[in-house]
Amino acid sequence: MKSQNERKRTFLLIAIPILLLFFGFNTLPLLRGFIYSFTNFRGYGSYDWVGWRNYIDLFTDTRVGNSYWFTFKLALVATILINILSLIMALALNSKIRFKSFLRGMYFIPNILGALVVGYIFSYIFTYILPALTHAASMLASKTWAWVAIVIVCAWQSIAMNTLIYISGLQTVPEDVYEAASLDGATGWNRFRYITFPLIMPFFTINMVLCMKNNLMVFDQIMALTKGGPAQSTESISYLIYNNGMNGGQFGFQSANAVIFFIVIVVISVLQLRFLNKREEQL
Amino acid sequence: MEDIKVKERFNWPVTILLLLGLFTVLFPLYMTIVIAFKQPSEMTNNVVGLLSFPKSWSFDNFREAMRVTDFWRSLFNSFLITAVTMVISIVIHSLMGYAVARNMNTNRFYRFSYYYIVSGMFVPFAILMMPLVKQTAQLHIDNVFGVIVLYVVFYMPMNVLLYAGYLKNIPIALEEAAHVDGASTWTTYWKIIFPLMWPMHATVAVLTALGTWNDVMTPLVIMSGSGINTLPLAQLNFQTQFGTNYNLAFASYLLALLPMLIFYLVAQKQIINGVINGAVK
Repeated sequence: MKSQNERKRTFLLIAIPILLLFFGFNTLPLLRGFIYSFTNFRGYGSYDWVGWRNYIDLFTDTRVGNSYWFTFKLALVATILINILSLIMALALNSKIRFKSFLRGMYFIPNILGALVVGYIFSYIFTYILPALTHAASMLASKTWAWVAIVIVCAWQSIAMNTLIYISGLQTVPEDVYEAASLDGATGWNRFRYITFPLIMPFFTINMVLCMKNNLMVFDQIMALTKGGPAQSTESISYLIYNNGMNGGQFGFQSANAVIFFIVIVVISVLQLRFLNKREEQL
Repeated sequence: MEDIKVKERFNWPVTILLLLGLFTVLFPLYMTIVIAFKQPSEMTNNVVGLLSFPKSWSFDNFREAMRVTDFWRSLFNSFLITAVTMVISIVIHSLMGYAVARNMNTNRFYRFSYYYIVSGMFVPFAILMMPLVKQTAQLHIDNVFGVIVLYVVFYMPMNVLLYAGYLKNIPIALEEAAHVDGASTWTTYWKIIFPLMWPMHATVAVLTALGTWNDVMTPLVIMSGSGINTLPLAQLNFQTQFGTNYNLAFASYLLALLPMLIFYLVAQKQIINGVINGAVK
């Protein structure tokens, strides 16, 4: 009995300080952000309560609207592109190739590098190398093409990570499944479509959810490549919150934006998990 | 005979395609290296001139970049932040994972704590950013210490999830045996459970280190105006000083990438295993 109490007490002594730390630097700022979203706080000085004003303004603010449009477009296109290419890469790197571990090691390099510095390096490629080769203007200077440049940089780094997850998925498929399939005459695309893909579905789920979430929060690449330009055409939601909230005197307004962004991320993640889990069950 | 058979089984077309594809990975790195070694006078307008080898492999650009960006200080700060965050995360997050894993099936408080912390994974930094700037300034921790505290909190959801999951596979009988021998829960944890979790410690160390080392946003907003830089933050803050001297800028970028590339060269297997464990669990 005494040892039971000792055990209980030890666990509480561990859990309570850690929970307080987590509350203090995660939940408390979250609540404060929520409170700020009902004020016209500029980040300094005094402020007043404005009720739902910020939220109403959000829906009519074209700059906010554009940033949501840009971020969703980027996240969706990048996520699909990254997952298709990662699957192809994983199938290739998992086949009977020479220099297997060398190639896997090399293809993972982009993932360990800092996104900001990678962004600066690609910025040079887009500004000087590509225009010299194609005799076209820089993609980064074009309102129609700058977002594609950001998709390319995001993909360059994320493919490494997603490929790795797909490879570990492919390794869970037992060899005799393929043997049985080949007896039934399933080869090539059919084998992938009806045998391999359903078996690695859980890994597809993880990749889609993680990738979508990361892409929705894109920041470093924007900072390095375009700083939101040209003409605010590549302002991601995170970048807009940072830029206008921290330096633009819109602390209260951008807090409201952040609250909506938070809700959007939760809803998308939950929907994705639900939808993809359902498909997993059906298969 | 045996040899030939083995060789025949390799898929050469795919191997060759993959080797060619390495160009996409290596080109940006190659470009960074040659530009970092060149002099501004060698930067011609045509691509061949830009990408050719430098006339001489001089380290002048690197010396200058180190001076301009205060390289050693930034490197030290990055090192300090990453190492301390890693150690504290392993200690605190594994303890929390332990407390949660051993009690969540029988106790509502721990079950709630687990879901409370893990749901923190969905909170984007963007919403915490502005209040945290105010909060760290009020507490006078808008410095390296504050950044470490924030990292320990940000990585808590993922790491507690990983530790709690791992502990489910470690039988409770081990602890009960130690208890019968009169050891306290605390001692049992450090003597028996903590050492058993080494594979998970390695995973947590890799994931936390990769994330903190390359992060820009947290130090940018928390330490802005303090003059303290981390290695990536220095690249951002000295952008204007590089101006159009791309040789200096690329020397600095290469210096910023180098520690991680060296670390990857040395611990490639651990890093890859760590990332896989973290994602798949």
